[in-house]
Amino acid sequence: MSQLALVIDLNVCVGCHACVTSCKQWNTSGWAGPLVDENPYDADPTGTFFNRVQTFEVGTFPDTETVHFPKSCLHCEDPPCVPVCPTGASHKRADNGIVLVDYDKCIGCKYCSWACPYGAREVDEQQKVMKKCTLCIDRITDLTLPERERKPACVLACPTSARLFGDVQDPDSEVSIAIRERGGYQLMPEWGTKPANHYLPRRKTRIYIDPEELIRADNPLRKEDLTTYSGEETLDDVTW
Amino acid sequence: MHPAFSVIFLTTLIGAGQGLFLALYTGQIYALANLLPAQGDEFYAFGSLVALALLVGGLIASFFHLGRPERAWRAAARWRTSWLSREVLVLPLVMALVFAYGLAHWTGHTQPLFTLGNWLAVDATLLIGLAATLAVFALFVCTAMVYAGVRFLEEWCSPLTVVNFTLFGLASGFMLAAAYSAFIGNQLVAFFGTWSVIFTVIALVSRFASLTRNAHLRHKSTVQSAIGVRHQTVSQKAQGATAGSFNTREFFHGRSAGTLRTVRLLFLFLVFPLPMLLIGAAYATQSPTLPIVAFAVQYLGLLFERWYFFAEARHPQNLYYQSVA
Repeated sequence: MSQLALVIDLNVCVGCHACVTSCKQWNTSGWAGPLVDENPYDADPTGTFFNRVQTFEVGTFPDTETVHFPKSCLHCEDPPCVPVCPTGASHKRADNGIVLVDYDKCIGCKYCSWACPYGAREVDEQQKVMKKCTLCIDRITDLTLPERERKPACVLACPTSARLFGDVQDPDSEVSIAIRERGGYQLMPEWGTKPANHYLPRRKTRIYIDPEELIRADNPLRKEDLTTYSGEETLDDVTW
Repeated sequence: MHPAFSVIFLTTLIGAGQGLFLALYTGQIYALANLLPAQGDEFYAFGSLVALALLVGGLIASFFHLGRPERAWRAAARWRTSWLSREVLVLPLVMALVFAYGLAHWTGHTQPLFTLGNWLAVDATLLIGLAATLAVFALFVCTAMVYAGVRFLEEWCSPLTVVNFTLFGLASGFMLAAAYSAFIGNQLVAFFGTWSVIFTVIALVSRFASLTRNAHLRHKSTVQSAIGVRHQTVSQKAQGATAGSFNTREFFHGRSAGTLRTVRLLFLFLVFPLPMLLIGAAYATQSPTLPIVAFAVQYLGLLFERWYFFAEARHPQNLYYQSVA
């Protein structure tokens, strides 16, 4: 058993939307057909995306912090969207735990989207089927690609390496270590869906500087000060 | 949630159809026990036809909810886990049994097949009707559990949803039976009307219970648990799209709080007191048209009730879609 997932570091995400555009580019060009847009260059543009970056403001001005929050399917280990599907189009892969939709079986009843508390699923308004993040299943399983490219498009595109990809059930994987050692957490844990994707929290880097560290207190000549000065250059004058 | 008219018509039409069938079968059993004057087979046959028409109407409405209606047959596949799949299986079963019930009456298959305890003459219509009754109640449960089974929609996730769907179906179905009896001019108007009023009163109690429950509901999820930031003040500044998405269209009703209050008042008036007054007036005046008006008014009210049922449910995903920019 393995469970592939993303770990997203909110501490370094800068909200550049590179993951959004690379996801859209890869998944609109693949075997499953386009991710349809409507009115892309007009009023009220809308379209299907697997991944969106949202922005939240935490606190009250002036003590605020901006959190850029990339949101995609969390590939829950207990996905509530799968059992409600009447056709079996919505399924969780046994080999790598990715939650997928079979676009040829989906009847577009939208019931799975009601059963997802995260709003991770979006109907394709022209193909009339439900779509969602596939973790670039056609890319990560493509053995003709060099191994370092067998990662989701969003992970490869991220300029700050805020997105890690790997098996969260392997305790020695990069993602498991990141979750364990950097406080990785799940979204809406109250529902017991056990999301596989984790988020790494914002961190403040603080150092404490003692005033003693700013004054050169270890100069024996100045500290003890046994010398009688008469205006000439001292050792301090040439070294400070 | 966005109230979709396909689903509003599906649930109200099949509810009334199921209730009408139950009313007819109840009438047959009362007649069997000599508590009511026996009706001709045409009464049951045409009544079943009306019930079947409502069920078919609901089924047609449901197709408008699907993006890919040509694949609807696939929806029978996952009945082990999905209430929607179970509803898809039980609805045609109910239609077939109601059709068979009407057909058995129409073709006069009313000769007793056997007699129970020397007094209960069991014929084909009684057996088919019993099977159809079980299927009708199973369909009430399946239809309601499609909504009550989604634990994220806390307004719906309650046994009250199943009780309400069943009672509204019974009330409107018996009201329709009263209207049907008034239309053809038989003596059963008062019988069906009385039962309809009883179901309407119980439905009023259970709907008030669910309205009260939902008014005091504290949602499990907050914006803090949604993004995992522990701070009292978190506000959204961007949702990743400037002009809306599936998430903003499917999960928001887009109406003001005032509209919601108006719709609630409308349905509370149209479903409960007005039809009861009309059917009471029909009893007093022996009017043949007032029961039909009473049913029409109650059905219209149920459309508003179902609209409100969807609009009042707040999905946790909305926490991610509080602000556009």
